[in-house]
Amino acid sequence: MQLQSMYQDIILDHYRNPHGRGLRDPFQAEVHHVNPTCGDEVTLRVHLDGETIADVSYEGMGCSISQASVSAMYDLVIGKSVTEAMHTGEQFMTLMQSKGNATVAEELEDDLEDAVAFAGVSKYPARVKCALMSWMALKDASARALSSPTGGADA
Amino acid sequence: MTRTVSRPAGAHQVPLPLDVEAIRADFPILSRTVRDGKRLVYLDSGATSQKPTSVLDAERWFYENVNAAPHRGAHQLAEEATAAYEAARTTIGAFIGAPENEVVFTRNSTEAINLVAYALSNAATAKEPEFRRYAVGQGDEIVVTEMEHHANLLPWQQLCERTGATLRWLGLTDDGRLDLSDLGTVVNERTKLVAVTQQSNILGTINPLGGIIARAREVGALVLVDGAQSVPHQQVDVTELGADFLVFSGHKMLGPTGVGVLWGRYDVLDALPPFLTGGSMIEVVRMERSTFMPPPQRFEAGVPMTAQVIGLAAAVEYLQRLGMEKVQAHEEALTEYALAQLQAIPGVTVIGPPDTVARGGAISFTVEGVHPHDVGQVLDDLGIAVRVGHHCAWPVVRRYGVPATTRATFYVHTGYDDVDALVEGVREAQRFFGVAPSDDEGATT
Repeated sequence: MQLQSMYQDIILDHYRNPHGRGLRDPFQAEVHHVNPTCGDEVTLRVHLDGETIADVSYEGMGCSISQASVSAMYDLVIGKSVTEAMHTGEQFMTLMQSKGNATVAEELEDDLEDAVAFAGVSKYPARVKCALMSWMALKDASARALSSPTGGADA
Repeated sequence: MTRTVSRPAGAHQVPLPLDVEAIRADFPILSRTVRDGKRLVYLDSGATSQKPTSVLDAERWFYENVNAAPHRGAHQLAEEATAAYEAARTTIGAFIGAPENEVVFTRNSTEAINLVAYALSNAATAKEPEFRRYAVGQGDEIVVTEMEHHANLLPWQQLCERTGATLRWLGLTDDGRLDLSDLGTVVNERTKLVAVTQQSNILGTINPLGGIIARAREVGALVLVDGAQSVPHQQVDVTELGADFLVFSGHKMLGPTGVGVLWGRYDVLDALPPFLTGGSMIEVVRMERSTFMPPPQRFEAGVPMTAQVIGLAAAVEYLQRLGMEKVQAHEEALTEYALAQLQAIPGVTVIGPPDTVARGGAISFTVEGVHPHDVGQVLDDLGIAVRVGHHCAWPVVRRYGVPATTRATFYVHTGYDDVDALVEGVREAQRFFGVAPSDDEGATT
């Protein structure tokens, strides 16, 4: 069944037991992103310690792919610098544009950890947006956090 | 919303009014397979319908034999193209009981509604006194309902923003129907236009338009009926309807994309200024200013979608051969069966009327514990095409407290086997995501 390639066990695990879910203080920026084609949404906060992402907290509703994606992203970016996290985000974007190309997934496996399980999603153009929503929110929130008056200063 | 119909699983199948196998043979696309050789179970006609060979042939006939710009030129092809285009207008008008001079071709229902909305704000600034009769401005009110497709909501929101008019709306009841308890106050002396759908694209509800139109008449308001989901599925006669405008889309009724219809009462159309201007719609053009043709030409600027109009006439003839009463009865039988089968699955909730009383064949539902996108993905894997999301009716899903729904819609080629595939697919989604009731354990973990 094709479905198994998309809904890897890792994805379903993240969906059922999301990591880092819930909105927490402190934070320097909060953003709200929606996927206008389906109405899925995420509210996401970023807390920076200097250049380092100290916390990403979120609430949202959406399909298994969008919810698992934000959970896997949480694991990947905590403790990284904003620059590193954005680089990881670009790698994830590359994976989502790979149209199921196994070579791309193999090359990114070490960097993307659990998130490489989303490779199967790249074969379904309608679902790529679901997987990318949280990364777009993180990019937006990080940029705002860096430019906020208290950006980087530990609140 | 709670499930109120309790019917044993395996509800009986009354003989369907239409010969599904014969009809399927008319639709080339239904013979293809999807997702590794699976039969295509197309339950997304509400988004766009498939096309029978006769419609495809009609477009091809036009391009191969007649192609020219209608209403221009004096050569033989131009004459024949004009004749074919206008004959199609007559056919399509007759389908809804309208004379041809009340039928305006647009790109789709969305454009038809925008045409009216822009004509009403253009009326406010028209230099010609005869075009100001229906002008909308500050202090006026436009009434819609909470169940409108975005296409019958945003043009009115925007009209109000442009003109300073106020948008009001009729709400919904818990069982998916219009709440008409405040009709008398929402539609009042300030109301300029009431825009309402005849059949909800998400809930399936068929609205009781008679009372709404009667109230609009009392206060002298215009009425626009969104027929995008009704004209393809039930007999609609504009004389019986009693509205001022009816809009529908060709592509939802077996016709081509790119053609829709605005029907308007002639005296109303004649009092409206144009929306789009340019070639074809003019009477006399001077550098300083110009005058316009009477309806319907006034509203058809530019070379029209001629081949598509001719394709739509072929679609209308196809539906007429089947008979709209049979089409409606066919879908009602399928809907009754599908509602019973779906509501017999624990965890499935139908969003909309739970039975077939004043109801069409759009069935929206949620599956507890499985997001609609994921339901749709499992169904897609089985070759079943449904729509998931908010169905361009975001306020409706918000009203019922769900993020989105899965929606199945039926048409003339739909059979009980399609409904059975859907029901089995929903159970498969429950199994796949480990939320199947009692006997089944999650298959994936």
